Amino acid sequence: MDYVIVGAGPAGVIAAETLAGLEPGADITLVSGEPEPPYSRMAIPYLLAEDIAEEGTHLRHTAGHYDARGIRVVHERVARLDPAARTLAFEGGGSRTYGKLLLATGAAPVRPPIPGMDLAKVKSCWTLADARQIIAGTKPGDRVVLMGAGFIGCIILEALVARKVKLTVIEMADRMVARMMDKTGGDMIGDWCRGQGVDVMTATRVTGIEEKVDGSLSLSLEGKEPVAADLVVCATGVRSNIGFLEGSGIDTGQGVLIDNYMATNLPDIYAAGDVAQGLDFSTGGHDVHAIQPTASEHGRVAARNMAGHRTAYRGSLVMNTLNTLGLISTSYGLWDGAEGGDEVVSLDRENARYLRLSFQGDVLVGALALGLTQHVGVLRGLIQTKVPLGKWKKVLQDDPHQIMTVYLACVQDATRRRAA
Amino acid sequence: MQKSLLIDPDKCTSCLQCEMACSFEHEGVFNPARSRIKIFEFEHGKRAVPYTCTQCAEAWCLHACPVEALVRNKTTGAVEVRDEICVGCKVCTIACPFGTVNYNPDSGKVIKCDLCGGDPQCAAACPTEAITYVDSAWTGYERMQAWAVKTDTKAATA
Amino acid sequence: MAWQRKVLRVDLTRGTSRVEPLNMEWANAYIGERGLGTKYLSENMDPKADALGPDNVLIFATGPLTGTMASTSGRYAVLCKGPLTNAIACSNSGGKFGAEMKFAGYDLIILQGRSEKPVYLHIVDDEVEILPADALWGKGVWFTEDWIKNHHGNPNLKVASIGEAGENLVRYACVVNDLHRAAGRSGVGAVMGSKNLKAIACHGTKGVRVDDPKRFMAVVKETHKKLAESGGRKELTKVGTNAMIDVMQEWGGLPTRNFQEVQFEGTGKINPEAAVTPNAHGHVNLITNKACFGCTIACGRIAHIDKEHFTVVNRKEYWHASGGLEYETAYALGPVVGVDDIDALTFANFMMNEHGMDPISFGVTLAAAMEMYEMGVLTREHTDGVELKFGNAEALAVMAEKTGKGEGFGKELGMGSMRLTAKYGHPELFMGVKGQEFAGYDSRALQGMGLGYATSNRGACHLKHDVFGEDMEDISGNNKAQPVKDSQDRVAMIDSTGLCLFTTAGWGVEDFVAQLDAACEGSWTKERCLESGERTWTLERMFNMRAGLTGADDSLPKRLLEDPAPSGNAKGKVAELGKMLPEYYAVRGWTTEGMPTNETLNRLAL
Repeated sequence: MDYVIVGAGPAGVIAAETLAGLEPGADITLVSGEPEPPYSRMAIPYLLAEDIAEEGTHLRHTAGHYDARGIRVVHERVARLDPAARTLAFEGGGSRTYGKLLLATGAAPVRPPIPGMDLAKVKSCWTLADARQIIAGTKPGDRVVLMGAGFIGCIILEALVARKVKLTVIEMADRMVARMMDKTGGDMIGDWCRGQGVDVMTATRVTGIEEKVDGSLSLSLEGKEPVAADLVVCATGVRSNIGFLEGSGIDTGQGVLIDNYMATNLPDIYAAGDVAQGLDFSTGGHDVHAIQPTASEHGRVAARNMAGHRTAYRGSLVMNTLNTLGLISTSYGLWDGAEGGDEVVSLDRENARYLRLSFQGDVLVGALALGLTQHVGVLRGLIQTKVPLGKWKKVLQDDPHQIMTVYLACVQDATRRRAA
Repeated sequence: MQKSLLIDPDKCTSCLQCEMACSFEHEGVFNPARSRIKIFEFEHGKRAVPYTCTQCAEAWCLHACPVEALVRNKTTGAVEVRDEICVGCKVCTIACPFGTVNYNPDSGKVIKCDLCGGDPQCAAACPTEAITYVDSAWTGYERMQAWAVKTDTKAATA
Repeated sequence: MAWQRKVLRVDLTRGTSRVEPLNMEWANAYIGERGLGTKYLSENMDPKADALGPDNVLIFATGPLTGTMASTSGRYAVLCKGPLTNAIACSNSGGKFGAEMKFAGYDLIILQGRSEKPVYLHIVDDEVEILPADALWGKGVWFTEDWIKNHHGNPNLKVASIGEAGENLVRYACVVNDLHRAAGRSGVGAVMGSKNLKAIACHGTKGVRVDDPKRFMAVVKETHKKLAESGGRKELTKVGTNAMIDVMQEWGGLPTRNFQEVQFEGTGKINPEAAVTPNAHGHVNLITNKACFGCTIACGRIAHIDKEHFTVVNRKEYWHASGGLEYETAYALGPVVGVDDIDALTFANFMMNEHGMDPISFGVTLAAAMEMYEMGVLTREHTDGVELKFGNAEALAVMAEKTGKGEGFGKELGMGSMRLTAKYGHPELFMGVKGQEFAGYDSRALQGMGLGYATSNRGACHLKHDVFGEDMEDISGNNKAQPVKDSQDRVAMIDSTGLCLFTTAGWGVEDFVAQLDAACEGSWTKERCLESGERTWTLERMFNMRAGLTGADDSLPKRLLEDPAPSGNAKGKVAELGKMLPEYYAVRGWTTEGMPTNETLNRLAL
């Protein structure tokens, strides 16, 4: 079979590797839209912070990794898909046919429609190329404004502080990381950042950016004094890369719509990762989860289905973890509460510790934590196995930090029941 | 024959020799806070459970790693952290449904059980044989993994 | 290495804390825990200070081996001037708190002054906070531990706290850690209460390093093996310390009904066999055994009370598992008060742990009260209407709780036996030394034990010497002085390492020395270690002399000196202290009045 995978991020690479494992000798082509070896965006902040070199961002580290598996990596950007002809047209002019196709084109940053976003000193931080420009363009003491305090913004934030710039964060929402933290948690992260010398402005809208004669930038804000900067890094969100699918007949919403077998509405075309709008474990609906674990799971399950091993996807659980200047935050599933459910909260604002668990009946369906670094994963275990907590729910209601105890008690009880 | 850690909680007295042996092996210091194996006590000391990675076949941690810092040791079957590659993003810590991959703020990297390269020090230190290292075939390894399968997001082959 | 080289000093009056370097000269001379704590106590307070006043100093001390892989490395000691004895108090405890305090980076915590309001100490590595304890004051130990862990969202915290008994200045209140381990004796908990300090909660991530890790691990491998193979260790693991109750019953050294007798007819109902035998409801007292930090023995017992027993029938909150009977609790809540109801004993023991009291002193105090009740000195009017007769299980249960909570006649019992019997005009009924009640060994049947009791620096205590073998071998008072002196020094050394005395079931002095020598820098020989033990013993003695005690306090009650044992191997014998004590002073290098000579002090560099 002639497999073509468009996109060389985690979903694409894992799909290629899975296919190679399931069907040795298959013809597998991995189309990368960037001129680098396949790399991880997740690692870019650590490159910016100079914790790692560029090689440290690469998804695979063994020389000849792709060749050894019969995976051909080509560097092209896809311009168009013609499903009837089973053909991809490249921006550079060439084209290629496929037997089965995986769309793993990921997402790209969205820039707000305001004047000045095209100035040279306004950067995104999404690709290795972006990272190189930011590294070259900042030195300690520079005034840097980070637009957007979402997940991506926050991981870049850490890196920018490590570069010793004078940082201001401007976020439209009423709190930081609004898509993974409730108001309490988001505010605590904001306070934590302020405590470490970062100027954080939430509920603040940038209306435009202009370059002054001295080369510096000025950001106009709605209802507030302008802010000066030497560099602006824009991290105001991302959107699935589906533009090239226009006119192809593929069903799209926020991303490419896929069924529980990762297939699109068109034959032999599948989608995975940030571009795919797949099954959500918690809601049962379909959503784009632009997160690493989902990309990795999508990649594997899509490949299995492409190779003919019909495998149902059970849905991805939203999960995020973030280190904001040493404060670790995590959220899972229905972290902001479930309809008709109940919850328990433990809050110690002074010591930046916060834990909120959401239940539906006696099943854990969501969790949100600040300052929790040990055994965090059991929250996933409890949510995704939908294990009935029974009498142990009361223990969590009395002290949600007993999560490990409750987890183990449930595991043990289940094991004993099985043995009996 | 591949070997696995066999845990028998009923034999555990909660002495934490295993935690000290583990931290000494990996960090050169007696420091339960940095142990890869943890004892959990509950019901007023009535129950104690040693808990660590089962090196599960699914290896959510390994698959979730964005930079291939987690690799499986073909000899021992353990999933090991390559410190020189780990960037400390912690995605594996939230991906592991057993909570057995933990972030170490001292090193900025994650830590997990690596079976000490095939000579697990926790088992050697355990005075009551609550932790033993035995041929996988007898451990009820499948039973331990039955729990793991419940968390599965991929394997339900139709 | 081995030491963290840091001391945390807390001024409760000012509400401040600071870290200072450990005095390594002292550490080299006194090792750690008991010895080093004694040195710091001596240097930091006037021994004449009021034990319950702000000038008393309270020290939590770990040893160099605390928190290492050496077996039983969880020990810490609490030192201060004792309110029960007005002598030096040094009580050690296991559980997990001591190691945690060491992992947080501290060898010692020194607490001075008195907080105006109830507070607790919250320590996570270098972060030290003194926080209000209003929500905890008036609450028991179990509530306190749960509340603190929950409040800080940190199940890793280990907590040492006092119950209501400590707050109410019960003279034998203890400091309880990890729900049911205690620095039990001499009233160290009352001193904590007098300082308005409810608890110390601690979590550490720093770990402990040793000087020569490779050698240390090799030595530890050997010592673990040696301990594992010892018969005494196997007995402790399998049966627990209460194995002793059958031994003492058979020997005739089991103090019964306030030492009127030395054998107890109800022993078979409260011994280890009884703990594993189903009762009429099919209830089995013992659940499992449990280890303290680092301990490869696991002598601790976890038990529960029959839900249908009168003590808990309508009190579900006591149906859970908790610390079970060990020998001293079994003796002090059993034979010495004549009670043979294992559930009542277990309940009373729960009360001791929850409210934070020493069961030995409580039981022996209750025994004296029962004797006075039977004599008619005390009546129902004194005892809140309770029939305070020997053998009354209900009286035991009720008084344990009342004393814990400071209610009614419990307040009187909280004074301790010496003060209670004096108050009612019968000081001869106080069974103890220097104000502290006896443990479960009768001095008439164990002569060396009697000498040990009389000379123990913290008042009557069975844990400050070890001549059990000699006493069983020779029932007379002959040749006891030297072994008592030698074992006092040896035990003082062992208590200074951070390890548990029970390891002597399998280890000799050389095993402690080998572990110390590998863990600590410098050369640690057997001679140096034992000399350090003798130095500690003598410094404790000097503290007491400075506090105003004299040789006259090295005494035993008239009952043991004059009333012969009524049965058993020692039938017809009395304690031969009059013969042994002068011999002891001589081997110690003390004057005939019991004062260390200048020569002795110089020899020990004191």
